[in-house]
Amino acid sequence: MAKTTASPVRTGLVHLALISYTLIALFPVFLTVINSFKDRSSIFRDPLGLPTPSVFSLVGYETVLKQGDFTLYFQNSFIVTAVSIFFVLLFGAMAAFALSEYRFRGNTLMGLYLALGIMIPIRLGTVAILQGMVAAGLVNTLTALILVYTAQGLPLAVFILTEFMQTVSDDLKNAGRIDGLSEYSIFFRLVLPLIRPAMATVAVFTMIPIWNDLWFPLILAPSDGTKTITLGSQVFIGQFVTNWNAVLAALTLAIVPVLVLYLIFSRQLIRGITAGAVK
Amino acid sequence: MGSLKIENIVKSFGHVDVLKGIDLEVEDGEFVIFVGPSGCGKSTLLRVIAGLEDATSGEILIDGKKVNNTPPAKRGIAMVFQTYALYPHLSVRDNMGLGLKQAGKPADEIKERTKVASTMLSLDDYLERRPSELSGGQRQRVAIGRAIVREPKLFLFDEPLSNLDAALRVNTRLEIARLHRQLKATMIYVTHDQVEAMTLADKIVVLNKGKIEQVGSPMELYNAPQTVFVAGFIGSPQMNLIDAAKLGESGAKTIGIRPEHIQVSKTSGDWKGSVIHVEHLGADTIIYLQTDFGPLTVRLFGEHQYDVDGVLYATPDAGRTYRFDSEGQVIKS
Repeated sequence: MAKTTASPVRTGLVHLALISYTLIALFPVFLTVINSFKDRSSIFRDPLGLPTPSVFSLVGYETVLKQGDFTLYFQNSFIVTAVSIFFVLLFGAMAAFALSEYRFRGNTLMGLYLALGIMIPIRLGTVAILQGMVAAGLVNTLTALILVYTAQGLPLAVFILTEFMQTVSDDLKNAGRIDGLSEYSIFFRLVLPLIRPAMATVAVFTMIPIWNDLWFPLILAPSDGTKTITLGSQVFIGQFVTNWNAVLAALTLAIVPVLVLYLIFSRQLIRGITAGAVK
Repeated sequence: MGSLKIENIVKSFGHVDVLKGIDLEVEDGEFVIFVGPSGCGKSTLLRVIAGLEDATSGEILIDGKKVNNTPPAKRGIAMVFQTYALYPHLSVRDNMGLGLKQAGKPADEIKERTKVASTMLSLDDYLERRPSELSGGQRQRVAIGRAIVREPKLFLFDEPLSNLDAALRVNTRLEIARLHRQLKATMIYVTHDQVEAMTLADKIVVLNKGKIEQVGSPMELYNAPQTVFVAGFIGSPQMNLIDAAKLGESGAKTIGIRPEHIQVSKTSGDWKGSVIHVEHLGADTIIYLQTDFGPLTVRLFGEHQYDVDGVLYATPDAGRTYRFDSEGQVIKS
């Protein structure tokens, strides 16, 4: 190991790279947020300007909230995301437990098969999915979206969680078996609490694409009652006139819940209760 | 209550036979230690007894009842693991009580039995703590307490002292010995440390490559090893195993002599050698010699001064040498 205090230049460069990346990543968000608080003309006249009192306007938010349906869209997004994450974590963890804990023929092949979905985008199957949903009568339901997103999230979840499950001490699981815990209790009461950080990681990775997705809501559930927030914001984007105030306000509002979810999960990422389990 | 009988246990993982036909009887109240090099199958055997692994063939009987298809929790066993394996999210009290709770015992009884165990192990002050707030030695005591609370027919220990530092290891060893006397329970203990085996066991089972090499009391194994492997494994420093042909002896393949059964002299003796290295341990002095027939270790009691590269003559004590045939079996004289 090099002396950690030795090269301030090096540390400086690393930080410079990280800070510039952060700025690049945050810039669109920043732009969206500041412009959502400005009136229409100053959005175009001075897009980079801060919302000073003279140009400050909440007209975008008023439009969005007056639209009325937006609460529903939020609710739809929220239900779809939360339920999908729940199923991805539940089924992903169960599959990962089976793959890491039990010896059976074809274990490795099964693992590879389940991980294959990481490489193949689910959108390739859109037509088939749509046909399936039509046949099942699930078009324009949130169930359709939840099913698709659960399928979409599972490969990565199984992949990450399998790796983590292998790090959970065998002795601990065996101690549970000797104490008379069923395999389900071992899974829910011993293993899941220990891999909470990994679950949080998977939740974050799964959540963001679902929340932001426009494709499947547009195809599978475009009706007024089932629109998600991303799809709902599109009503303000017209072919000839776009209500930028409203679009920016809707997008800003859409950031908030996902930010809250992220904060909840990232606390779990940092906390880990593994200390003291073994060794 | 608490006897174990194993009949012709075979365990294979795919094409690899880890246990190749083990027969063993453990009587009620015995302290039996499985010892052997890593990979010899001793932990696997313990897991098969516990029911954590299924035997490929053979029978396991606890108190005369076949338990091959009985799940671990119903076999009347308790196990202490090398890594302690405490439940990290439960307090010490709940860790110890979980097994009884799962078995559906009333709360009063659980409390009572936890109390007895924690007093026995002086854990009373720690009952409300989480495992992460305990030291290594305390954690292992909790793990032992968890086993005691279940009042099992069989205690199984899987290298319980390996993660502890040297001083703590001696203390915990004494504690386990005391518990065995106090509880009069049957205990099966796996270790690769022959000092633990020699000091704790009523009966030692030496395993090698999935087979039992020899079963006997510590002193039987020390004084009358049946095979070259046992001779080399039991005793520290290791027994000198010398190619008989190089010594000009006929009728044996290997000659064994323990380091403590050799006398040295600067002037005369049977075997001439030069000193390679001397270790001073206070109570013992260990001398490594290079002789015509290879290296020779000598253990002298007390403090002795010998110069490295000096010439010494070694003489084995009469009647203390062992002769082994080409199969590695001892030749009875």
